[in-house]
Amino acid sequence: MSSTEIKNIYYEGRIKVPYNWYVGEVGSRFLVNLRDNKEIWGIRCPGCKKVYVPPAKTCWECFIPNEEWVKLSDTGTIMSFTVVHYRTQAMPKRDPIIYGLIKIDGADGSFLHILGDIDPRDLAVGLKVKAVFADARSGTILDIKYFAPVYK
Amino acid sequence: MEKIAIVGLGQTKYKGSREETFDELVFEAVNLALSDAGAEIGDIDNVVTVSNDFWDGRTISSMAVTEASGAWDKDISTVEGDGIFGTLYGMMRILSGSFNSTLVVAHVKGSEGEMNLITNAMFDPIYQRALGIDATSSAALQARCYMEKTGATEEDFARVSVKNHKNAFGNPYSQLPMEISVEDVMKSRKIAEPLKLFDCSPISDGAAAVILSNKQGLKRFKKDPVWILGVGHCSDSYTLGYRDLTNTRALKNAAQRAFTMASIKDPMKELHVAELYDAYSYMELLWYEGLGLAADGKGFELIRSGATEMTGDLPVNPSGGVLSAHPVLVAGLARLIESTIQIRGEAGKRQVKGASKALAQGINGPCGQAHGIIVLGS
Repeated sequence: MSSTEIKNIYYEGRIKVPYNWYVGEVGSRFLVNLRDNKEIWGIRCPGCKKVYVPPAKTCWECFIPNEEWVKLSDTGTIMSFTVVHYRTQAMPKRDPIIYGLIKIDGADGSFLHILGDIDPRDLAVGLKVKAVFADARSGTILDIKYFAPVYK
Repeated sequence: MEKIAIVGLGQTKYKGSREETFDELVFEAVNLALSDAGAEIGDIDNVVTVSNDFWDGRTISSMAVTEASGAWDKDISTVEGDGIFGTLYGMMRILSGSFNSTLVVAHVKGSEGEMNLITNAMFDPIYQRALGIDATSSAALQARCYMEKTGATEEDFARVSVKNHKNAFGNPYSQLPMEISVEDVMKSRKIAEPLKLFDCSPISDGAAAVILSNKQGLKRFKKDPVWILGVGHCSDSYTLGYRDLTNTRALKNAAQRAFTMASIKDPMKELHVAELYDAYSYMELLWYEGLGLAADGKGFELIRSGATEMTGDLPVNPSGGVLSAHPVLVAGLARLIESTIQIRGEAGKRQVKGASKALAQGINGPCGQAHGIIVLGS
């Protein structure tokens, strides 16, 4: 067989390694509160008073441990959003997929999650949203199903 | 700082899919760099490879190119990040006093993996990964933050895409030269709003290499040196949402360090070329601001003014930029290579006349979390 007759071979592989990540003391407390109480908790830096959600064990700017747990509201404000027009295996099965950066009331910074129960045409920065919890909760970030608009 | 020069460079043509294996691409880029420098592999004292295990689909991916990079009997180390950071590390290895020359080589075959899944894995596994977020959807969130804060429009983003794809016609290594209009960008397929297809860089395959040398090592190389005048890098916080995505403080810090070292006071006036990491169109506007080419919130005015066109005061991305070829990890090195080519005066059709000072940028992490800046001069 001459080399011109050889067709390239592609070898299909997949890396699939199970992990069992310890979410940490702070992460456990946050996720247990989502799962058991449908509550969103943040943690406050004793230095700059910034409230982190999801909670972080240390304030990266002050570089000191965060100490004070704060029960936050399950409402917030959309700071940014994107309607995604493609699908990947990593995405939850929803249509449409809309990501939002949400400033949870009482917290600083934004919380990344999914937006739901909304017509994409109604999306706007500044829109008030409220967490909708999943019926079956297992201590993951998807115990919040999504954030939906609060219409007054 | 002891002066370090770029004495050799090589890059493969960037394509959506290349038939070569990644070690073949590395071998090609390294040999192009050696031949450009008029050198042999024996002239290289140590090697820094740049690769990412998820993109290569194997752990310790750096070691898989030991042979292809000519490093089997040398000190070899690796950087998992953009090639600009690999270059910085390569410089450090010379500055350590152990070596007079370093070969830095980066590779990626974007065609062999799945970009969205690979970049999904850069996010926090507990709080963010399960949401399916990836490089493109997070960039879309940043793009909208930028629009909200500054009043920039989607048309402004489109202007970057039009400019860079047009520039790519002059660059034989580029993947996507396109003659497109703002309207074409606006009408292109929606990907993650406000980003459309032509706001996004393509998936690319390719490799690139540079050879660094101190003064002592120069006699081994035939090419005239292009000097590294300044270098700086800085990182912002990692978690998406914790940092203000429109705040370019990490880039400002990196650029300031590089400018101070290079004695540059007014980058807009003193630089002749800038090669920026425009993975998504809007990024170029944000990076203008971080580099001090435009005031905060005014990056979109700079693109509207035409100052960064090939005919403007400071052409940005004469190579076509990352929008016209995005070999991840390699892309920052490609920015450095283009800057070097411009200073050498070897850029042919895309040559910026009289270019003697240029800037190259590399980024790491979601939404430009970390920045590396290198200023070059003749």
